[in-house]
Amino acid sequence: MTETPVIQVEDLRKHYGTVRAVDGISFMVTRNATCALLGGNGAGKTTTIAMLLGLLLPTSGQIRILGEEMPRYQQRMLPRMNFSSPYVDLPQRLTVAENLTVYARLYGVRRVRERLTTLGQELDIAAFFQRPYGSLSAGQKTRVVLAKALLNEPEVLLLDEPTASLDPDTADRMRSILTDYQRRSGATLLLASHNMSEVERLCDQVIMLRNGSIVATGAPHELIHRYGRKDMEEVFLDIARGIQSGEVVE
Amino acid sequence: MSGISLHRIGALALRYLYLIRRSWIRIVELAYWPTVQMILWGFITQYLAGHSDLLNQTAGLLLSGVLLWDILFRSQLGLSVVFFEELHARNLAQLFVSPLRPIELILALMSISLVRTLIGVGIAVLLAIPFYGFNLFALGLPLIGFFVTLLFMGWAIGLLVAALVLRHGMGAESIAWAAIFALAPLCGIYYPIATLPTWLQPLSWALPASYVFEGMRAVLLDHTFRQDYLFYALLLNAGYLGLGIQIFLTTVHQARARGSLLQSGE
Repeated sequence: MTETPVIQVEDLRKHYGTVRAVDGISFMVTRNATCALLGGNGAGKTTTIAMLLGLLLPTSGQIRILGEEMPRYQQRMLPRMNFSSPYVDLPQRLTVAENLTVYARLYGVRRVRERLTTLGQELDIAAFFQRPYGSLSAGQKTRVVLAKALLNEPEVLLLDEPTASLDPDTADRMRSILTDYQRRSGATLLLASHNMSEVERLCDQVIMLRNGSIVATGAPHELIHRYGRKDMEEVFLDIARGIQSGEVVE
Repeated sequence: MSGISLHRIGALALRYLYLIRRSWIRIVELAYWPTVQMILWGFITQYLAGHSDLLNQTAGLLLSGVLLWDILFRSQLGLSVVFFEELHARNLAQLFVSPLRPIELILALMSISLVRTLIGVGIAVLLAIPFYGFNLFALGLPLIGFFVTLLFMGWAIGLLVAALVLRHGMGAESIAWAAIFALAPLCGIYYPIATLPTWLQPLSWALPASYVFEGMRAVLLDHTFRQDYLFYALLLNAGYLGLGIQIFLTTVHQARARGSLLQSGE
């Protein structure tokens, strides 16, 4: 028996006039899986994530999250999902605790104070709960935005460069937190990242995008083997430069 | 499909209340212009009262006008400016990927606009009592009708301005401050609508605020409450507010199609 996919995308397109930001992609992600959307700048990663969240309406194609059609049933789905991106901010003048309280209430979290305490410890952000969000460093902000994304213990977590701006030690801790969270909750993670070692460590499925189309999919070790490379960094460079698997490059 | 959630509306309203609660400067800022306006028009009234029989009989005519006008202005500004804070904070995408529905965002903006208007105009209204012995509450029960009418009209304009800024970006922000003043000459704040040129009067009667200011003069000068004015004003407001909500929701939908929610704030 095949498992029902948590994220199912069929022939998804987003065109802006003649620009094809996403051009007919299809993929699925199962429960408890971590999938990476990879590709160079403008490949269509953020556009795809925005469509999965209902933030952007597709030109055509179908999206199903947890079996429900998006964006048609997004109000039913959004409480079960969450999103983190270092490029989408929170109100600067509110304190970290105030920001998280507001979002906890928006997501209908029951024991807000307890949840904040737990996340404060897990993400090591409790020390600056009372500081305005705008006064934090880029790395601290990334952790707070990640805390916001975990507030409702989402079944589907979409992450746009989850460890951008973090030092290697903090980034490593964040990855551990995400791995632990997934192990505990069985959540499905879809992340866009430019950090290939992160992808190798976290992901069991990779979708490579170029010019809005899927050019390769598979597990990281499969792709490394298929392209005859030693790591995902090299695979990424091959794909970004349009080199097909099996091609020999001098 | 889930319905409107008071819990989510309250959560978003809490976000704005946090800002007001923490900063006394914000409260001063809310009350500053209504108070300055009240003081200025209070002195003008005192001066003119000695030279005009009409103002001598009803010294509150100008002050009532200026305070009621501020209800309209503050309610519009309260809605638009709070929405702009989301754009400035680049927080709109976070809100729209949360379970918050666009209609709940509108209702939260309205709630906080009400609070801001009550604080801003309320302080000026209370200060007018010791300053000039003028009590706006002397208008009696009609004041409730005037307040609601002006609040609704302010929200309708505020939503149109918010939609305009969502569509065209923060470059259109200055319209929030200027938009309502284009209507000021037509509303008959300080003079009867009959003062306007005949060709302009139908336009004036298409504005809910005009009925409020005519109604205010009816209370102060004739000691009568024109329920028909209130009825027309509420009828017009139902149309304008419905239109404002619809245009805002359509603009959000178009922003989803264009992808501008991700880039908002720039």
